[in-house]
Amino acid sequence: MRDVAVLGVGQTKFGELWDRSFREIGIEAGLQALVDAKLASENLGGLFLGNMASGGLLEQEHIAPLILDYAGLAGRHLPAVRIEGGGASGGLALHQGFLAVASGLYDYVVVGGAEKLTDVPDSTASQIVSSTADHEWEVVFGATLPSLWALVARRHMHLYGTTREQLAHVAVQAHEMGSKNPNAHFRNRVTVEQVLGAAPVAEPLGVFDCAPLSDGAAAVVLGPLEGARRHTDTPIQIRASEVACDTMALHHRRDVTANDATVAAARAAFSRARRSPKDVGVAEVHDGYSISALLAVEDLGFSEKGRAGPDFASGQFALGGRVSVNPSGGLKAQGRPFGAVGVAQVVELVRQLRGDAKERQAPATDLALAHDLGGTGATAVVHLLARAG
Amino acid sequence: MSIARFWRETPRRYNLGGSKCATCGTVSFPPRVVCPTCTHHRQSIGKMAPFQLSGEGEVESFTVVHEAAEGFEMQVPYVLALVRTPEGPVLTGQIVDVEPGEVAIGLPVRATFRKLREEGKAGVIHYGYKFSPRTEDDPAPPRGRTAPVPREAPAPERAKA
Repeated sequence: MRDVAVLGVGQTKFGELWDRSFREIGIEAGLQALVDAKLASENLGGLFLGNMASGGLLEQEHIAPLILDYAGLAGRHLPAVRIEGGGASGGLALHQGFLAVASGLYDYVVVGGAEKLTDVPDSTASQIVSSTADHEWEVVFGATLPSLWALVARRHMHLYGTTREQLAHVAVQAHEMGSKNPNAHFRNRVTVEQVLGAAPVAEPLGVFDCAPLSDGAAAVVLGPLEGARRHTDTPIQIRASEVACDTMALHHRRDVTANDATVAAARAAFSRARRSPKDVGVAEVHDGYSISALLAVEDLGFSEKGRAGPDFASGQFALGGRVSVNPSGGLKAQGRPFGAVGVAQVVELVRQLRGDAKERQAPATDLALAHDLGGTGATAVVHLLARAG
Repeated sequence: MSIARFWRETPRRYNLGGSKCATCGTVSFPPRVVCPTCTHHRQSIGKMAPFQLSGEGEVESFTVVHEAAEGFEMQVPYVLALVRTPEGPVLTGQIVDVEPGEVAIGLPVRATFRKLREEGKAGVIHYGYKFSPRTEDDPAPPRGRTAPVPREAPAPERAKA
């Protein structure tokens, strides 16, 4: 296996992009990444595209060749593959791209993630989002994705004394970072009082505990680390790319207040990179719901089990804290175009490691972590990134 | 949802029919063909026997849902819970016959057979389990029909000659 680097990144604005089509945003992110990587398209080996639900959302399946075609590359007859894993589709696509380059079979690939959630009514989009849980044994009985995370939140509060106020701090921090990110869906700051006073979605979670339904796309160019400096002054090495899965339904988990898939993927990633959670300076973690962020920092090893609430509330995960968590604003404020999320996390971390993150730049660090999650945690993807020495 | 897709699950949704592993004794709901907990999980193939849950359980976590799942819009706000059964499996279902404010973690409940949702005015009606509170001295639920209902309808009594 050979070392793999990120050579270029691209991303569209996230949000309600009513004037832009799926193919437009998909191409924009990919072409930005190709230009950033200074990669001639004749050297491109293929496209891996993360997308959760184009069929339900756009009545369009078979989207990988569609994007390749409108990127002007149909005539090269390159392989283009769509990858689906619910909310973790983007992270999974990145894993596939990593494998393709690491194996030596492909030299340069584009990994994209794209989703368009606002071309259908919110109720339809929410149904599709809920189908990333177990339809037959959860959704049929009245569950939605936020309601399942609410069950996690209530249990976490019961076992560890986590409070509504602590959960609110996750949203407050996310919006603070979103205000510094020109691509973010939400750029307004919010207060703990606003979060607590928002309309309930599934108690104890309210509107501000839930990430929005967004449109958006992100892309990276991957290539072999050897020779990467022909493309960029600051190649970012993928030190580990790990995927782990767990039971489909929340009710079958060993412990609903932990995502064992995250624990397994993180353990494998740290072991492969010969590093530990203490080495991570900046991280993009799954905060589809405020409680998801708490589980993430516990399961990744940044907080002791049960301590994530107080740790968030005391600013340990704010910019410049013990670990700078979600400098992009996370899913909560940067936005949640499902299939694009896992790729956008890596785009942000590459900017952080290059020192290009401007107002939201975290202190210099040599290790960054991306954590992407599907459903209530049936799929978890962890990537470790570092500046190449 | 097509009629067949819901109909084929009725033994589970109406009667709480699960499975038990003959190798390690683990009970699964819904039933499985392979045991998820056996160390040598391949050995459990073909050894999973039908097993009926009692329908009793305890609330492990709950939420009051305000933004409903499809088909549940008329029921908001409704209580959704994780219910841990004494046999082992945890089920996701609604808690009914109680004010949302009275539901707490640890509340003893019992399965009850109810209408889940309808597919519009002319569509299929989905039935299945929900849960209602049960007390120590009054194990019967306050209203509704207790689950599990018999696996098969009992034969009608013969008229006496």
